[in-house]
Amino acid sequence: MASGKGGTGKTSMVSSFAALSDAVFADCDVDAPNLHLILHPDIKEEIPYEGMEVARIDEEKCIKCGECEKACRFNAIENFRVIEEKCEGCGVCPLVCPVDAIKLHKRVNGIIYVADTRFGKFVYGLLSAGEEASGKLVTMVRKKAQEIAEKEKKDLIVIDAPAGIGCPVISSIGGTNLAVIVAEPSMAAIHDMERVLEVAEHFKVKTVVCINKYDINREKAEEIEKYCNEKGIEIVGKIPFNPRFTEAMVKGKNIIEYDSEMGEIIKEIWKKVEKKLNEE
Amino acid sequence: MIITVASGKGGTGKTTVAVNLAMAINATLYDCDVEEPNANIFVKADLEKVEDVKLMNPVFDLQKCTFCRKCADFCRYNAIAVLSSDVILFPELCSGCGGCKIVCPYDAISDGSRTIGEIYHGKNGIEIYQGVMNVGEARATPVVAKLKNYVKKDGISVLDAPPGNGCPVIETMHNSDFVILVTEPTPFGLHDFKIAHSIAKKLGIETGVVINRYGVGDDSVEKYCRENGIDILMKIPYSREIAELYSRGIPFAQEMPEWRKKFEELYEVMG
Repeated sequence: MASGKGGTGKTSMVSSFAALSDAVFADCDVDAPNLHLILHPDIKEEIPYEGMEVARIDEEKCIKCGECEKACRFNAIENFRVIEEKCEGCGVCPLVCPVDAIKLHKRVNGIIYVADTRFGKFVYGLLSAGEEASGKLVTMVRKKAQEIAEKEKKDLIVIDAPAGIGCPVISSIGGTNLAVIVAEPSMAAIHDMERVLEVAEHFKVKTVVCINKYDINREKAEEIEKYCNEKGIEIVGKIPFNPRFTEAMVKGKNIIEYDSEMGEIIKEIWKKVEKKLNEE
Repeated sequence: MIITVASGKGGTGKTTVAVNLAMAINATLYDCDVEEPNANIFVKADLEKVEDVKLMNPVFDLQKCTFCRKCADFCRYNAIAVLSSDVILFPELCSGCGGCKIVCPYDAISDGSRTIGEIYHGKNGIEIYQGVMNVGEARATPVVAKLKNYVKKDGISVLDAPPGNGCPVIETMHNSDFVILVTEPTPFGLHDFKIAHSIAKKLGIETGVVINRYGVGDDSVEKYCRENGIDILMKIPYSREIAELYSRGIPFAQEMPEWRKKFEELYEVMG
């Protein structure tokens, strides 16, 4: 489940699919995960994630020559100090330091949680605030989900992807059988949808589109339909704007559990997604 | 003064706040959401490209290379494969750190470059700079860093941050004088807002909150702000009119002039 633009309803959709499918679920939005707020995981396992190292300068040894600052291409050294948030752990500064004052240290960049939920097994990652290398954590979350799926003999994994089109998105949708793109009828969301569709195409991932809050701007919703028709992308459903979705979220439930009328619409979408998956 | 508008969660209204604020106080706007830049949908300036964003990539001179593998051993990103008579680079894994060039004893590696994005500039009422990361690229941060070179020392700059709490967000916030955190009053909004707030705090930047779609959801964001001494600077009510204006790419304060004044006041509070 991807979208390009944030806040279009990816997590709400995944949490609803959880009630409808026999699958393992994975939240790959590792720097702002939300799916656990609906799935209420009973955490069974915590795996520390060591994404990358960080450089540290030994002040005692440092002669303030500035070679490290000159060599660092991430501007992560200022006034002979490492800005940890910017450090990529590439190892260039220890290499150029003439007095061996810089060492790389391991750091825990995040945690991978494996949990039971009322809908089945759930894996999610949480990146420490402001860490890089989230794509790597996404890959590890997916690997763990894959492991569990094999063990539990589930042949489906439903992934909640982050917003955007960069590293963590590519890691989330790459190699999947289908990407469901949640779009909204606004100029901004259409622009973002087009870009994420391009990314999916680039990585040869099949796509379908679902239009959320289509009645906020029917003209723009038609524009999405037209765009998808031209590209041969199936529209698997149109969801009206309804405050019941937010109410369900506040109650920590998905819409299937909370509102049967809206739930029916999502069930229809799931059927189409399932059919598309079976066409594989 | 440099003001960053961030949120953690996507779709809470960062761009809406950034554009309306920049227009109200005649600031220069920088769209740092380079994966999905949207601000100019609202500003509608004719954009001109001012720069390509290039990432350094090593180029191997096979005449000089002895296939000693020192470069591949050094590379922490496993971006280099040394074969018996060839060297292969996986450009999407390369961070451009330049370490391979330094470790090569035979001076066989030079800096090549690969375009990963573009910087645009335009003006329509306000001035806007926009970074765009190319589709298929993985690294947004270098594009944000390049865009930030255009941030002016004098005057007021408003930076529209990407969603999430990762490295591109840090890069955007870094060196800002103030971070406006836009959130929505829902459990998702609160959860991600807390993370974004902790980042701004870690960077030592003053923060304030704008609650968007006020009236939907619950009061957990307000409660959290009250308990933690975080200033709520503005509440934008949920209204279908605002949502529709947004969908058509119109900054809502343009159509609802009483809001223009509120955005002016928002700036005064920060100053």
